[in-house]
Formats: sequence, structure tokens, C-alpha cells
Amino acid sequence: MGNVLVVAEHQHGKFPKTTLVAFEAGKQLAKLAGGKCIAAVLGQGVDALAAAAAEYGVDVVAVDGAPFAHYLADAHTAALAELVKQKGVDTVIATATALGKDLTPRLAARLGAGMASDITGIVDASTFKRLMWAGNVIATVKLESTPRVVSVRGTAFDAAKKEGKGAVEKASVAPGANDTRMQFVEFAETKSDRPVLTEASIVCSGGRGLKNGENFTIYLDPLCDVLGAAMGASRAAVDAGFVPNDLQVGQTGKVVAPQLYIAVGISGAIQHLAGMKDSKVIVAINKDEEAPIFQISDYGLVADLFKAVPELTEEIKKLKHA
Amino acid sequence: MKILVTVKRVPDPETVIKIAPDGAGIVTDNVKWVINPFDEIAIEEALRIKEKVSGTEVVLVSIGLKTSQEQLRTGLAMGADRAILVVSDAALEPLAVARVLQKIADTEKPDLIVMGKQAIDDDSNCAGQMLAELLGWPQATFASKVELGGDQKSAKVTREVDGGLETDAVPLPAVVTADLRLNEPRYASLPGIMKARKKEMKEIPVAELGVDVAPTVKIVKLETPPKRTGGRKVGSVQELVQMLHNEAKVI
Repeated sequence: MGNVLVVAEHQHGKFPKTTLVAFEAGKQLAKLAGGKCIAAVLGQGVDALAAAAAEYGVDVVAVDGAPFAHYLADAHTAALAELVKQKGVDTVIATATALGKDLTPRLAARLGAGMASDITGIVDASTFKRLMWAGNVIATVKLESTPRVVSVRGTAFDAAKKEGKGAVEKASVAPGANDTRMQFVEFAETKSDRPVLTEASIVCSGGRGLKNGENFTIYLDPLCDVLGAAMGASRAAVDAGFVPNDLQVGQTGKVVAPQLYIAVGISGAIQHLAGMKDSKVIVAINKDEEAPIFQISDYGLVADLFKAVPELTEEIKKLKHA
Repeated sequence: MKILVTVKRVPDPETVIKIAPDGAGIVTDNVKWVINPFDEIAIEEALRIKEKVSGTEVVLVSIGLKTSQEQLRTGLAMGADRAILVVSDAALEPLAVARVLQKIADTEKPDLIVMGKQAIDDDSNCAGQMLAELLGWPQATFASKVELGGDQKSAKVTREVDGGLETDAVPLPAVVTADLRLNEPRYASLPGIMKARKKEMKEIPVAELGVDVAPTVKIVKLETPPKRTGGRKVGSVQELVQMLHNEAKVI
């Protein structure tokens, strides 16, 4: 007992940084609980992935088969619930990605487990910190059941490092008819050469101040390109239809904590700050000097973004070529 | 068909949240209460289905203080047919909410349950997925598009996931949770508000449902996060670039 099961989410045959964050949280928790950290790799043809997971010093259980070729909440829940029983698991951890958010509550309900979502800290084996009310309150919560389920905020822990070599085993789990009713139809992937928003060391985000979607292309694209930055947006910009929702940074979108966050034409509603205020350095460019974003930015520039952003892009270009 | 839509009473998103002196909750004096924004989107989606599929009934359900009547009344004014309020003085955690809703669904037997993807107060993003599991139904979370099959026995749901849009097919009954771009909720019209006054609103004390709502999650304490200090201004783009390069050393 005391074991921790980590959901090893993978994309394109790799573990994104968010998964390595779950490994790290899982290892910390297993240490506190005096158990093992076990990574669950579910999919079809996952031998290489299972071996790769073991390099992070965790034991690995691989579940291979057609029902897991695409992630679907029902089949994954059935398989993971079975592993929880087989492996003496006290706590299941996944990162609070779209997949993790979709999966973990369903699994908690199946296990009758207490659940804490999007945790930002581990206090002890059953006590966690999480944010509520758009990041305005830090709650310390104790899960009084066993097993327990938590999802981890992707920015709250470092990525696990490769160390040691865990044991790899295969588990045979076949979800029943009632757990294979959801069907994957298609995935329309947003094609981008830019870094992933949740992994980028620099993020440039645009808000309603950009006025329309074309201006994201005209003004923000070149700035992202010269910095090698990921592009983000405020909810207001998404609401107005300027950019897709998967660029949304904030309470109801993604949470980021890059080295540098540049907010362009974003007023700084509390819902937006909830998704970026842990960034190391925050720059705000806004023509309204009363905009709340300036209260939390390290460097604020009161200026018309349509003049300032091209100028900034040029200055950084010069600097890079110097 | 019958659609069940969940409604949670939450503080207006613009509210400045302060922890109460007893540390057990937030200051609720002078707070303006609204329908959780994602639940408004859920109501709108149900109403759009009702407009397309004749004979559809939209039933709202809320769990909370008696004052949640206000939010249910607003949903009825938007066009829902009737409402159920499960009265609970204690705030329930997501698993307990899901158990209560399961009981309501057992009685109402809806073909579809539409919920907001998360409530903006506790930000858990759990109840919909938990309810789907308890009912043994498929789930389609973070929906940006819902297409019902011609026989209303299945749905194709486009979902906002990391890196793009995923489409899943689910047989009904199922639980769908609404994301931001699913639709733009309507405002209640004046005739709608008048009509809503006469619509049925049934109240059920939570104890009468015989559901286990005992907490599994204990809130140990609430704290205000440390404030980030900022506010420094730079005079020009050149100065900004110099600062980022020489002082912050991030470019």
C-alpha cells in the first residue's frame, strides 16, 4: 500500500513536459507515503513509451490494446480502476491537462475516492493545496478517503529528471461493453511551428486591444517569431472570436508560468491573471495606464500597441543580430 | 426528448473575493450572485435543441440555498420549462453533487444532461465527469459543438482539448459539459420573465433524497495568496528591451 499511480499521458509517441511534471509530483508523494511510484502507460503499441517512462526512475505498468488506441474516458477509467486494485494504490495522479481533467473525476467517482483537482502543492500524503475563486484563495484540503485522486497543475512542479531505471511490466485489462461506448471520431490538430503554450519559456499574449484576429497575425505573430515564443490570448479575445480557445490563458483556459510573459492589449482581469501571474517576468503593453495588468507587471509600457509592438519586434531583432 | 441542465449560483465573476474573518469561507456581503457562466451556456444549448427537436422538455436543477431560486428563475425566463431545487444549507463537494444529480436523473430519466464544464467558484471541473460515471453513461466534456443524430439516440460532440479539436461520438443518454465557444447565451426577454413566474419550481430538501453527501474532502484552511508586486513603468520600447536584456536577462 501507499503506492502512487501516475497517468502517463503521451502525444505523438512522446511524453510532453506536463506528463513529466506528474511523474515528479508522483515521486514526491510516493516518498511521503512510503510507497512506490508507478507510471501507467495506456495505448496501442506502447512498448517504447513504457521503456522511456522507466528512465525517470518509476516503475511502469503498460496496458496495450485497441480500446486504448485513442484516449477515451470510459475505457481509460475502467483500466486504471483495475490497476488501482491490482497495485495497492492509495493515490492516483494525472496532470490537469484536458485529458487529465476529463479523466480524473470519472476515475474518482468509480473508486468512490475523494478528489482534489489542479493542485499546486503537496503538504503530506493526503493533504494538498489548490486554488479557488480564480486564484484568489489558496485552499489546503485533506482527502479523507482511500484511494484518493488528484490532478496536478502543470506549472506547480518541475519536470522529473531521468534517473535510475524502473521495472516495466504489462498488465492485461479488457474494458467491458459498458466501458467502450464512447468512440473517437477525429482530431483536428492546430498546426503550429511554435512551442506549446504550456511548455514555452516565452509567451506573448494578445487581448481585446488587438481589435481583431488579423491583427494577431500582423502584430503578434512577428513578435512571437523573433522571440521563439508561444502565442496566448485573453478570454476576451477568444470570446470575441479573434483566436481559437486553445490559446486562452486564464482561470478557464491554460495556466502558464514562463520565464517571460508579454501581455499585449490585455487589461488584466482577475480571470486572466489566474493563468499567468506565476510567470517569472511580466511585461505589459497597454495604452490605458490605469489597466490592472500594470499592478502586477514588472515592466509596464503605456503605449499604443500598434506602434509599440512592431518597434519592439525590430529592437529585439537588432539585439539578436548584434 | 428530455434534457436536464444543471445551474449553480456563484458570485459574479467581477466580484473581489475576500476570505471571511472566520477563515471558513468568503465574504458574501454585497456579493452579486449569478448563474455560473458555463451553466448559462449549457442552458442555451438545451434551448437550441428544444427549438430544433419538437416536444423537447428542458428541466433545470440546482443544488444549494433557497436563494438559488433566483438563478433557476432566470433560467426559466430564458426558456426552460421547469426547475428543481435540491435545498442544501451545506456546500457540497463535487462527488456529493454528482450523487444528488444521479438521484434526480434516476427519477427524471433525461436523454441528455448538459452542464457547465466548471463552476467559477471552486474551479473543480469535476461534477459532470463524476455524474457520467455514476450513471454509467458516456461523457463528452469541454464541448464546442453538439450535433444530435437524426433519431436523437446519439450525439457527435466536438471538444476543446489541448492542441486542437477532438470529435467523439456517444450514444445517448450521455453527459455533455459546455465550454466557452459552444454558443452565446441569450438574455431573458420581458415576456420570458413574465412566463417564468408561472413555471413549476419544485423544492426537495437534500435529506429527503437519501443520498450519501458526507464529505471526503476536508478544507483545512483558506489563505490569500501572496500579492505579486509590480507597477514599474518604462518610458520607451528601447528602454524595455534594455531592461529585459540587461536586468531581467530573459532575452
